[in-house]
Amino acid sequence: MAALKGYIVIDEEICKGCGLCTTACPVHIIELADYFNSHGYHPAVLKEPDKCTGCTMCALICPDVAIEVYREPIKKGV
Amino acid sequence: MSEKKINIPEGMEKVFTRTKGLTDMPFTYCPGCHHGIAHRLVGEALEELGVIEDTIGVAPVGCSVFAYLFFNVDTIVAPHGRAPALATGIKRVHPDKVVFTYQGDGDLAAIGTAEIVHAANRGENITVIFINNAIYGMTGGQMAPTTLIGQVTETSPYGRDPKVAGYPIRISEMLAQLEGSYYIARVALNNGANILKAKKSILKAFKNQIEGKGFSLIEVLSTCPTNWGVTPIEANNWIKEKMIPVYPLGVFKDKDKEEGENNA
Amino acid sequence: MKGNEAIGEAAIMAGCTHYFGYPITPQSELTAYMARMLPKKGGVFLQSESEVAAINMLYGAGAAGARVMTSSSGPGISLMSEGISYIACSEIPVVLVNIQRGGPGLGTIQPAQSDYLQATKGGGHGDYHLIVLAPSSVQELVDLTQKAFDLADKYRNPVMVLGDGLLGQMMEPVEIKEIKPKHYDKSWALTGAKGRAPHRITSFDIDPYKLEEVVWKLKKKYEEIEKNEIMYEEVDTEDAEILIMAFGSVGRISKTVIRELRDEGIKVGLLRPITLWPFPSEKVYEVASRIGKVLVSEMNAGQMVEDVEKAVKGKADIHFYGRPGGVVITPKELEEEIKRILGR
Repeated sequence: MAALKGYIVIDEEICKGCGLCTTACPVHIIELADYFNSHGYHPAVLKEPDKCTGCTMCALICPDVAIEVYREPIKKGV
Repeated sequence: MSEKKINIPEGMEKVFTRTKGLTDMPFTYCPGCHHGIAHRLVGEALEELGVIEDTIGVAPVGCSVFAYLFFNVDTIVAPHGRAPALATGIKRVHPDKVVFTYQGDGDLAAIGTAEIVHAANRGENITVIFINNAIYGMTGGQMAPTTLIGQVTETSPYGRDPKVAGYPIRISEMLAQLEGSYYIARVALNNGANILKAKKSILKAFKNQIEGKGFSLIEVLSTCPTNWGVTPIEANNWIKEKMIPVYPLGVFKDKDKEEGENNA
Repeated sequence: MKGNEAIGEAAIMAGCTHYFGYPITPQSELTAYMARMLPKKGGVFLQSESEVAAINMLYGAGAAGARVMTSSSGPGISLMSEGISYIACSEIPVVLVNIQRGGPGLGTIQPAQSDYLQATKGGGHGDYHLIVLAPSSVQELVDLTQKAFDLADKYRNPVMVLGDGLLGQMMEPVEIKEIKPKHYDKSWALTGAKGRAPHRITSFDIDPYKLEEVVWKLKKKYEEIEKNEIMYEEVDTEDAEILIMAFGSVGRISKTVIRELRDEGIKVGLLRPITLWPFPSEKVYEVASRIGKVLVSEMNAGQMVEDVEKAVKGKADIHFYGRPGGVVITPKELEEEIKRILGR
């Protein structure tokens, strides 16, 4: 079965650039940006949205609840 | 939220969002600090059990003194170590409410040892979340009773020497000895799998209270990247390599299981 | 009834529903009385593992909205001092009973008045005051205990009933009335945030300007209490040549002294503060400056005398007679001291 498609929204002002999500993502598509947020942190950014499966591992490990996760619903009978 | 344009692909539904058990206030904790994860798991447990409005929390002294800003429940800040005593007083007035304490290792394992032992011994029907990061965070990184042998801290600058400063104290194993303890478990937050297990334990600890079962304590191995002097990612590895060997994960007491055996 | 037990009965009749305490001589009968009687009335008794735990259980239960009490003696009150400071800052109503014994240190088990300064000047850290009531008979123990609950709720402040081992142990006939608590607003209490924003009771702020506001607010409250709640007893002061100032048991002993000395033609009067905080400074000044000679007598090495000196502002001669360490003052000693002062 093909993996579900997902998407994450990272609140760049709440993100403290701790980097934990970059290690938790099983497909390694989160990285820390070059730029700063207003608190001086490099926020995390989703670099390859097409590969996101909405597994929520990044949101689980995020200590700041900065990530919201979206995912396509499971289609029945497929 | 920031000003960046958000393009959520069509047809997707939200599967993870901030729990209502937490307020909207962004955490003031350090980058990578596990308090944020632990707070969230507690908030989620309260929301999933439908008891946010019936909960009273007791915050400690330590970094998480500010828990009163983050938990979306009636909260009182206890003097250092005394949270289990306050929780006892509150629960004896409102036995039908959910009462929990959230404490660090100085609060619970140093100054508050008497209070936690006796709350457990009395079988107080409360839930205790014990954050063990092997150091005193708020006051700038001093040795805790949970500090590992050889660990360098502000007050063990040459590494903890057991001849001078004793041994890391295993609270879960200790409290599991008491007849009054109902459910004692140790979990960690250093990776997704452990976080999911921790969530399960925390949910059970609150569910036990709602079902009137008695004293439940979850010891949460957590990082303090700032005072350990490492990055958040290194800190998570440190838990696996250094802390779990000394503080094994698992369930040390579960009267549910004991009763099951007795009935077999 | 025995004094210690009368306090317990008075508290229950005033609507006290929760008691947390630890045994200590000379008040353990009060703890035991609450253990026997409170559950019978549907209340909760819990013997805590220490006085530290007791005051913190009180803090939680009081914050949860219940009428709560604890009791101890000097060494236990020292342990409770941390909790008292938090309770005062958070404005939680609680009643504390101190049945004093000789101190400092482990002290003695005999009665004393060794904790006047601890009760009125702090003990706990920070800018706060306890309301301190000093009974001198078992009936007053009863009446002031019941009043303490009322004052605690009215002002959202901890209130201390400062007794001593004599009062705690003596047996006298008493009348104890059932008091239906007046309606006090407890909408600040911790009850679960249903249909409202959560309550936060912290006694803490990272912002000093916010804490400053809290402390000034407390100060205004204390000024209200000073205006409205001062209590004292005046005995035979109109024609007195010398004024005894004493509180508690020594106040009671002084009444015998007045009677016996007046029989000998020596005119003695008594001003007995019943509220030690707020201290009846204005009354003290008025009476002491008129009479001109004051003998302060306490079962300690000199504590209330400091407040008397401050109140009198140099307008009278102040003498002190004290017996610390748990030694009880006899009427004869006081009478001899008065005769010595008056040159008779």
